[in-house]
Amino acid sequence: MGDMIKGNEAIAEAAIRAGARLYAGYPITPSTEIMEYISARMPEVGGTFVQAESEIAGINMVVGGAACGVRSFTASSGPGMSLKQEGITQLYDEELAAVLINVVRYGNGIGTLYSAQCDYLRETRGGGNGDYRIMVLCPESIQEAVDLTVLSFDLAEKYRMPVMLMTEGALGQMMEPCDLPEFKEVKRQPWGFDGKYSYKKVGIFDRDSMKEAVLLNEKHNTIKATEQRWEDGNVEDAEYVFVSFGLPGRSTKGAVEQLRAQGHKVGFIRPITAWPFPENAFEKVNPNVKGFITVEANATGQMVDDVALTVKKMKSSAPVYCLPYVYGVPAMKAIQADFAKIAAGEIKEVY
Amino acid sequence: MAKARKIAEIAKKTSSFCPGCGHGVVIRLVTECLEELGQENNVIFGIGVGCSSLLGGVLETDRLHCLHGRAGAVCTSMKRVNPDNIVVSYQGDGDAYSIGIGESTSAAYRNENFTAILVNNTNYGMTGGQMSNTTMPGQKTTTSPKGRDCSTTGNPIKFPEFVASQFDIAYAARGAVNTPANVNKLKGYIKNALEAQINGEGYSVVEVLSGCPTNWGMSPLKAMDRIEKELIPYYPLGEFKTREVK
Amino acid sequence: MKVKVDAIRCKQCELCAANCPKKAIAFSEEINEFGYQTVVVDHEKCIGCGICYTMCPDGVYEILG
Repeated sequence: MGDMIKGNEAIAEAAIRAGARLYAGYPITPSTEIMEYISARMPEVGGTFVQAESEIAGINMVVGGAACGVRSFTASSGPGMSLKQEGITQLYDEELAAVLINVVRYGNGIGTLYSAQCDYLRETRGGGNGDYRIMVLCPESIQEAVDLTVLSFDLAEKYRMPVMLMTEGALGQMMEPCDLPEFKEVKRQPWGFDGKYSYKKVGIFDRDSMKEAVLLNEKHNTIKATEQRWEDGNVEDAEYVFVSFGLPGRSTKGAVEQLRAQGHKVGFIRPITAWPFPENAFEKVNPNVKGFITVEANATGQMVDDVALTVKKMKSSAPVYCLPYVYGVPAMKAIQADFAKIAAGEIKEVY
Repeated sequence: MAKARKIAEIAKKTSSFCPGCGHGVVIRLVTECLEELGQENNVIFGIGVGCSSLLGGVLETDRLHCLHGRAGAVCTSMKRVNPDNIVVSYQGDGDAYSIGIGESTSAAYRNENFTAILVNNTNYGMTGGQMSNTTMPGQKTTTSPKGRDCSTTGNPIKFPEFVASQFDIAYAARGAVNTPANVNKLKGYIKNALEAQINGEGYSVVEVLSGCPTNWGMSPLKAMDRIEKELIPYYPLGEFKTREVK
Repeated sequence: MKVKVDAIRCKQCELCAANCPKKAIAFSEEINEFGYQTVVVDHEKCIGCGICYTMCPDGVYEILG
């Protein structure tokens, strides 16, 4: 295993090794270290770093880099990510590849600096105008964050759409040992501008929205069929299945292990892709399961909706519970205590 | 014997600009200059939202329809990653001076090496003639129905002068399309701006006073008159930052 | 002939006619498919100065060298 490294720095270095050669962004806690690291590192590899005057300018600079076929990315959090939504829907519309790193922090408006998972619904539904989706990848460890960062660029270019690494404040700030990836060959994408009008991009007045709608749905269906990623354990005989991602997912796995040791028949599904949601993971679940329980770091329960939709799709009538811990990373002890309440009927299901 | 003159290949498609709109002349001049400089197959346009958007249907070059106001940021990165291409932002006064004032100013502030062509017709044309930051005092628009009151809405902004005086940029000028002499001078300004970019001198901007017969509620000829009598006295023509002689 | 006229491009803004030093440009009675009167150049009067080309926003004119 490699050396100890801070999450944000590992993600930044992974992007460089994946061949990213344009970064434009604006500082916002808890993502800022990514930009600071890149400000020194990007010039070393001959790439372009711009400290943009605003979050909006930052995402538009990413649009420019992506339009020229350069691997481009930015990082933000909270209200900064909100400002970028128009740029993200444009990246999707123009079929440009780019990677967005959301180091999620808790709260509405200016928000707080607590680590959280409160952007789930926006990122998985497409937070800008129109109907589109972006792929959303959620790491549980710094190693996984590094691996998913590299994967994000590949997926973005494979499907020509923006891809988000949706991580959490705590992961960005903590340190863990991690192996950094190999350096990839830096390439320009064939659709990038070269000044010669080689690849004729369709301008706004050449639209056929009906035709595009068909293609858009096809793209989404392909991604849903082939790009679901998750980790699961002990679901085949489980009476209750926990569903949780990111750092809360890690706690949940630990809680499941401890509960099993106490004789409880519980299992877990840890989504690694939040979009496409790993519906296929639910096929292995015990047909007589008594309930699904989401463990989330937000106030209102967000991923619980996707679990409920999946349960319905499976034609199961199992109830779906939610344990929203608001912010931070729930302790295994807390999850076990709340599980006992669910099993005792003291916490009502959401669906 | 007259000199042969023909519109550029890359802009020969017919446009949907209104009759008498200045955009048609501006794009002709820009593309003529590109051809004369041998850059017509080496250019990327960042087009703004508004009447400028119509350029997308005319130009046969690499071009991106930038989000409203953001061409200054998009062109910044396009030029940084493709320094050997000519990068031109093409925006109206609404796109560049209202919603885009941050990006337009910041590009000049950083002396980014692209050329901004900004067409000023003193209103938001495409959306039906609302007040813009360059609307004249007393000018009636759909959002200043009694005439612009500058005591509450500010005075018309003079962008080329502002960036020329406050930032270290390569070139700034303002021209107009209302008379043959002005059109010819404007071509010179545009050529200077593009040459500044080719030589790596930094940020260049040319603002163009254009008529908007549709939203000014007058014929194209009367619109040219308005440019002469009302706009030019307020928005002087000329070069505000000349290129350094190296 | 010193100038070629692609009349279908014309939107009858009349900037050419107003600036022509020889008053060689006029508009016919007939209306084209876009609703504009057709621009007509009197080639006898035309001196090929190119001012019409300079003022035209729609690429109607080509000045022959």
